[in-house]
Amino acid sequence: MKRLTSTVGWTFLLLLALAFPFMAGNDYHLTVMSTAYIYAIATVGLNLITGYTGQFNLAHSGFMAVGAYTVGILTVDYGMSFWLAFALSGFVAAAIGVFVGLVSLRLKTHFFSIFTLCVGYIMFLLIEKWESLTHGTVGIVGIPAPEPIGPLDFSEPRAQYYLVLCFLVASLWIMHRIVRSLLGRTFMAIRNSDELAQALGIHLMRNKLLSFVLSVFFAGLAGGLYAGYVRFLGPGIAGVEHTFDMTMYMLVGGIGTLLGPLLGAIGVPWLTQYLQVLQEYRFVVFGPVLVLLVIFLPYGIVGTWMNRQRRKAAAARTPAPPAIAPSKEVHHA
Amino acid sequence: MELFLQQVLNGLTLGGVYSLVALGLTLVYGILHVPNFAHGAFYMAGAYSAFFLINKLGLNYWWGMLGAAVTVALISVLSERLVFHPLRKAPYLHHMIASIGILLFLEAGAQALWGADFHRMETPYTQLLTLGSLTLPAQRLLIIGAAFTLVVLLQLFLTRTITGATIVAMAQNREGAALVGIDATRVAMLTFAIAGALAGMAAVLYAPINLVYTSMGHLVITKAFVIIVLGGMGSVPGAIAGGLIIGFAEAFGAFYISTDYKDIIAFALLVLILSVRPQGLFARGAH
Repeated sequence: MKRLTSTVGWTFLLLLALAFPFMAGNDYHLTVMSTAYIYAIATVGLNLITGYTGQFNLAHSGFMAVGAYTVGILTVDYGMSFWLAFALSGFVAAAIGVFVGLVSLRLKTHFFSIFTLCVGYIMFLLIEKWESLTHGTVGIVGIPAPEPIGPLDFSEPRAQYYLVLCFLVASLWIMHRIVRSLLGRTFMAIRNSDELAQALGIHLMRNKLLSFVLSVFFAGLAGGLYAGYVRFLGPGIAGVEHTFDMTMYMLVGGIGTLLGPLLGAIGVPWLTQYLQVLQEYRFVVFGPVLVLLVIFLPYGIVGTWMNRQRRKAAAARTPAPPAIAPSKEVHHA
Repeated sequence: MELFLQQVLNGLTLGGVYSLVALGLTLVYGILHVPNFAHGAFYMAGAYSAFFLINKLGLNYWWGMLGAAVTVALISVLSERLVFHPLRKAPYLHHMIASIGILLFLEAGAQALWGADFHRMETPYTQLLTLGSLTLPAQRLLIIGAAFTLVVLLQLFLTRTITGATIVAMAQNREGAALVGIDATRVAMLTFAIAGALAGMAAVLYAPINLVYTSMGHLVITKAFVIIVLGGMGSVPGAIAGGLIIGFAEAFGAFYISTDYKDIIAFALLVLILSVRPQGLFARGAH
């Protein structure tokens, strides 16, 4: 039954996403949604290492920038086709992720976060200063749109939207397979306790590294999509504030859930779109929201809802002793 | 030789400012056991409040600095009361995210109040002193003098007064401190106030030779993290030594390697050191 409702829910979301271009008033709305999807892919990746494995990576936007610049540099400076460059974007990010992970994952808790914060800064500064490779502060302009595949032409916004949606669905499906597998349970065991996981015979380093590399692979891919969609890149994309953005998406929706980061990544940008005043000063509101969330709703919207469902299910399975039952009814009334 | 001495001067300037910021960070770390990412925003808030007091209200530089110290101490204590105190039993991840929330709020707040432009802070100390063939900008000498005076004062406070000793005791062992009757709430507030005041004063010292802008805290706080990891998280002498190491590495790196990459030097140093010694240079072992 539970499986059925969740399948229905996901199908409903997918239908909604498919119908969106026909309901959206203009191309601007499509742009907002497509960018939200791209960030959703990266956020889903961040959620794997932070939400499921418990390691707060602050270099995530740096890895997204690596993917984006892979596409930008290869297509503009080396004339490679978009698709070939895009196929490489995730792997380049993952390859760098292996090296960063090997060093950083030896560190625990906040040491890992501080280390990755510095790695993120190195990435940002390298992009900004290494002009011969990255065009420095000028950025990369004129990134080609994805080439047509057969009859599919990606030059107009609606087609681009479906392209991004396609990758989002694929990412979510893959993530679903990962977190529901034994590997996902391994990650969660590590999140709960290093020592416990080790006692269960889990190879800590190998699994943390796998989680990290998979996570930044998603970031790289999202970056590649971003390059093909926005078609202009500047060093700003590597800024740590984008990691903070993604952290907020993850937390609003519900950290360590599949649906949460997705809802956060789509919901928060729309909220900022509608409250125009918020655009520039959004963090005057979202900063305190972030604080209130971790204090009062640490599992986010989806997480809190899921916990309630779980408690209800547990209560239904084990009927409460009669002495307590009446008082429970009073609570409901 | 003059060029070398000039770099020593630059190293001392940077090192002094970094030490002040790192000291506050390391004291708060001792209490929270979590890195306070908002500390860089405290630094920024100090520069803005002094800028407001000096340029808009026409107060002199020293009153500006005092005002900044008080304002930031207040912001710092408020964030301890409103945010970190309610979270004291939460997992470390929540602390970190909450501190990011404060950081984002303060930066966006400063931008809403004063705009995204760069501002220049006035200083009365624009003279150039000459010592032989060496030219010494007065503001840089002031930074060095003031920073080291503050460091010494803090050290005396921590080691020579009962109140200071309670901070050290609580940083070393929270439960033990509670057992001997130390009021944890009071010590935590005091620590945050000191950390905030130090960050505020560091900003007012450094801002005249730099600029005032909303993201001015980013690089400074990231380097302060490098410093306290180098010096051992929670260690006061470590923060001072680490600050000087990074200050000199940067000054000499900018001169002998490249100004473009001087900001990377601190981070590269951290990566290098943590690759070899994951627990930091002077760490007292894992806790």
